[in-house]
Formats: sequence, C-alpha cells, structure tokens
Amino acid sequence: MSILIDENTRLVVQGLTGREGSFHAGRNRDYGTNLVAGVTPGKGGTDVNGVPVFDTVAEAVSATGANTAMVFVPARFAADAVLEAYDGGVDVIVAITENIPAMDMARVVPYIRSSDRDATLIGPNCPGLISPGRANVGIIPGEICSQGPVGLVSRSGTLTYQIIHELTQRGIGQSTCVGIGGDPIPGSDFIDILAKFEDDPQTEIVVFVGEIGGDAEERAAAWAKDNMTKPIVSYIAGFTAPPGKRMGHAGAIISGSKGTAQAKAEALEAVGIRVGRNPTEVAELVVEARKAS
Amino acid sequence: MDLFEYQGKELLRKFDVPVPEGRVATTPDEAAEAAAGLGGKVVVKAQVQVGGRGKAGGIKLAESPEAAREVASQILGMDIKGHTVKRVLVERAGDIRDEYYVSFLLDRSERKFLGMMSSKGGVDIEEVAATDPDAIARVHVDPLVGISDFHARRLVFGSKIDPEARKEAIALIPRLYRAFVELDASLVEVNPLVLTGDGRVMALDAKVAVDESASFRHPVFDELKAAHDIPEQERFAKERGLNFIKLDGDVGIIGNGAGLVMSTLDVVKAAGGEPANFLDVGGGAGAELLASAIEVITSNPEVKSVLVNIFGGITRCDLVAEGILAALERLDVKVPIVVRLDGTNAEQGRKMLADAPHPMLVAAETMLGAAEKAVELAHGGAR
Repeated sequence: MSILIDENTRLVVQGLTGREGSFHAGRNRDYGTNLVAGVTPGKGGTDVNGVPVFDTVAEAVSATGANTAMVFVPARFAADAVLEAYDGGVDVIVAITENIPAMDMARVVPYIRSSDRDATLIGPNCPGLISPGRANVGIIPGEICSQGPVGLVSRSGTLTYQIIHELTQRGIGQSTCVGIGGDPIPGSDFIDILAKFEDDPQTEIVVFVGEIGGDAEERAAAWAKDNMTKPIVSYIAGFTAPPGKRMGHAGAIISGSKGTAQAKAEALEAVGIRVGRNPTEVAELVVEARKAS
Repeated sequence: MDLFEYQGKELLRKFDVPVPEGRVATTPDEAAEAAAGLGGKVVVKAQVQVGGRGKAGGIKLAESPEAAREVASQILGMDIKGHTVKRVLVERAGDIRDEYYVSFLLDRSERKFLGMMSSKGGVDIEEVAATDPDAIARVHVDPLVGISDFHARRLVFGSKIDPEARKEAIALIPRLYRAFVELDASLVEVNPLVLTGDGRVMALDAKVAVDESASFRHPVFDELKAAHDIPEQERFAKERGLNFIKLDGDVGIIGNGAGLVMSTLDVVKAAGGEPANFLDVGGGAGAELLASAIEVITSNPEVKSVLVNIFGGITRCDLVAEGILAALERLDVKVPIVVRLDGTNAEQGRKMLADAPHPMLVAAETMLGAAEKAVELAHGGAR
C-alpha cells in the first residue's frame, strides 16, 4: 500500500507538450508510472512519444480513464488548469507550477476542498509525490527512493531529497513521499497527509519536514497529538534564517506564533515528536524509532 | 513586495479610499514647494520600506513651506533601520479627532481573508493584540463569496469606534477589500485610519504589500518596483535569477531549493560558523547560473570560504561542476570553495572537479562534512 498514487494511477499531464512537461512526464513514465494522456489546448490529436494529446482534460478522461493529473502549465494559466482537472473528474491533482498568484489559489483551494467529491490537490509549487516502486508523479528523483515503511511529508523540495537519500542510505525505504509545496495556501496541508499515512497499512512511521513561516507545523503537532498512533520524527529548516523584510505585523497576529523554527520545534517536542537537528540526525532518529518498535 | 506609503496611497485612491492630499519630494526645495502648493501646514514623512519610522524621527510636522524645507533636510538621507531615506511624502496636515486600525490579509490556516479593525489605532497593533486582544474586531471573508456589507458592520460595531465615524467607515471597508483583492495584495493595512475634526474618515497611512507572482496582470508592479532601493549585490543576483539575501557572517552559501539552503545555513551555524548569505540557485540551474552565483558570493569581501551544497533533482550536478570550473577560470577566486554534490549526475560532476584540481577547490562527501570543512576553512584552517 501507499497513499494517493500507486499501480492503479492513470496519469494525464497538462502541459505535456512543453519542455519541462515532456521531460518530467518522460521520467515519470520511465519510472513505471502509467502515463495515459497529455492535454494542450489546440494540440489535440497529436502525440508525445506515443502518448495521445487532447484539447481538454474532460476529453482525456473520457478517452483514457485518467484518474490523476499533473499540472505543468505556466503560472498564469495554472489555476485554470487545476480547476479544469477537477471539473474533468480527476480526483488526484498534482500542481508542480510555482509562482501562481496567491489570490488564484485562495479561490481554487477552498473550492476543491469544499466539494462533496473526495478530491485531493497536492501543491502548487511542489515537487510532487512518489510511491517508490509503484508510481512517481512529479520531479522527485526516483533513484534515491526505495520501498519501505516511512511515510514522508514535506514543504520543501531538495531538502526532501536530502532526507530521502539519508533514509535510503541506511536501508530504510518509503511508502510514499509527498511534497505539499511552500505556497501560502497549499491544496493539502500536513494534517491531510498525516491522516492518510495514519490510515495506510504500509506506513509504520512518519517523517514530517517543515520550515519557517506560518503555523502549519504547530497545527499539525496539535492534531497529531490526538489523532496519530504511528511514531513521527520531524525536521524544521530555518533556525538561522533572517526575519523577512516585512512592513506590516498583521501576519504574526493571526498565526498566534512568530513562525520561527524554534517555536515550531518546541510545539512538536511538546507533543512528544522528536525533532532532528539536521537531515542526518532525522534519519538516525528514524533508525532508533524503528528499533524501539 | 512591500510598497512605499506614497505608492500604497496612490493605489488606494484608485479604489476611492480617501487619503490626504500629498506630494513626493526628493530634495528640501521640492518639499518646500510641495508645502506651498498644499497650503502651508504639512506633515513630512520619510518613505522607507520598514516600520517604526515615527519613533526614529522620520515623521515631522511643518507649519510653513520654510519649515517643511528645514525638516525635509533633516529627514532626507536619514538612516532608519538600515534604510536610507531618499524620498519624503509631504501631506496636508489635518485636524485629527481619533485614530483607528483596519486591515485585510490572508489567513492561511482558515484559507480565508481576514479583516481586522480596532479603535486603538496609531500604535503598534502587535502590542494591542498581545495586551488587549478584545480591542481588535476580526471577521473572515470567504474568497468565493466576497465581501458583504455585514462584514463591514461587524468590524465597525465590533471595534466600537466613534459613532460619528461609523457611516464613512462602513462605506470605506468594502473599498479597502476590493483594493486588497484586485491588487493581488497580501496585506492592506491602514494604521491609523483617522476621524478628522470635520467628521471625515481617511487613511492617514497605508501599508500595502503585493504578490509579485501576479505581476503579469499588473503592469504597474514593475513601475512601483523601479522606485525601490535594492542593494547592489542583491540587484546583481536578482537580474541573474538568483534568490539572494545578504547576512553578516563569513561563510558564503550556495544551494538549490530554499529548504535545503535554509538547512545548510543551520548546519553551518551548528558547526560554529556564521553564514554570509542565503543563495538559492533554484531548480534546473545551469553552468552559467552557478558561475554567477559564485561571482555574487565572492564579491563580498567578508567571505572567507564558500560552501556549495547541491542535491540534484532537475538540477544536474555535471552542469553545476561545469559552472564552478567556469567561475574559477573567469574570476580570481581567493577563498576556498567546498563542494558537495549528490543526486542527478553527481558522480559525473565529482569526477569533473577531481580531474581539474584547483588550489581553491575542496571536495566533500556529505552535507555535514562539507559544512564543517567550510567553517574550519573560514576560521583559517588548512585545506
């Protein structure tokens, strides 16, 4: 088992005909992901290395049974692409695109989350997700991963690779690694993914990688205290990061926290979650926790 | 992107939010001229992208154009928390009866917009939130529904402002909300919002921050940005697509991805060093970008060693190595560069560096080992 993507994933890539889209979709396919379609308005009827391209997501879904979408279109069109994927009936939408205006996501995210369908948006501004040995949707390098018991969720990209690498080097594989992205309003937050790991039989331990800003880590810690039975190891980046050049102070008021790494680490430790001081120590804590259980 | 007060006010004016009449001046003479045009009695305000300028002496009243010239000459050139004042806003001074606070921003955890209002304006709102939280009225607005008059009423009645200010404030709040949404702002904050002696309500200050990701639909953002002061090193970095922030230490840092770079700063600090900067080359960086990154870092004379920490995903380590070698060839690099490569094409990259030994190049196997080495070298250790 794994979460969100596996052998049954049928992937449609929005922006397949672009340079980035075709490169990464190709890498996902080489990994073994079932890439069934691409969508580029106006290029319907063509193909990219044998993968059929459609004008709309709805057409792609009805012709190929696609159930997962990866969005690789430029930022100004990306919110529209996410909505199109949702409207086309796709229930797992992975938006890789960065620099999507926050105002766009402020409408798209609540819309998808409030629907009565069980749809999940991962991202935007994220590396995607991988269920090692089963499917890879996004840009996480498949070769650093291996199958195993760790569920990993992170706001970061390359920092996630570093931690996966440290785990794999110690012979510890992963069930699914999810990059939820660093935008102010992510489609899925830590809690959404932690809940899925809690329900996933393959996942025995969870690694949760946060960073400074906002209060998503603090909220996840509070939630985990009451809802998680599986052990969690955490890492927070940004202890030495300089405070942003903000003018207004309103942001810090609503979060009820300064958003510092220190405050986040304390919130996690207060509910019994061990926090590694660097990526290497995180992997070592996972090894320890595995021995203990 | 944080805007200057005068820029924020110009934008708010377009949404019919009342602001005092004013002009921007860059010299004492211009300030005097502006004061004369505004009828004599004015307020001269430093334009800086940082709070606390009132306490720093950056806001002064002037009774006449002559006085405006005098105070402008004091304020222009002043240093406020590291920001040099290059412009002042000269505004007609009015009679203020009461001061309030009002703002709109994005509440990440609720995934909604949040409006806040307080009858305690003109003071640090964080202080009010800490000492007297009930003095701040709050209302969430669903982005999918937008603002309704009741939201404005809840803020106005909830904050218990002077009844005489109610009617105009209730009219002003939806305009402020529209400005927030239509400008792709991340913050619109008016502190103070004032009730004038003649019963009018207007924005005496404006803090507007806009989302640069939305620049494609706001051509004005580029114009606004052109007025901002960006340090030379940061401008150089930005023009080349590097995400760079200068810090005060002596270990230069280059990495790919914000999270990994932040983590690199942390491990350098933990190893006893002080990072000289944050520099993220982003995803898919090529050789040219890496060479520019090294150029930016080594242009800082404080830097005693450089740490390049790359985990290749879309970024290819062979191209990173090529960039490092190109920079060493092109620049007269006088400080050691510790390089740690992992991920896509890492072996190839490591081999390229090993095959082209340079006296300033130091290879490291792991992230922690690389950080320790870079710190040791910055402290005068041997390669």
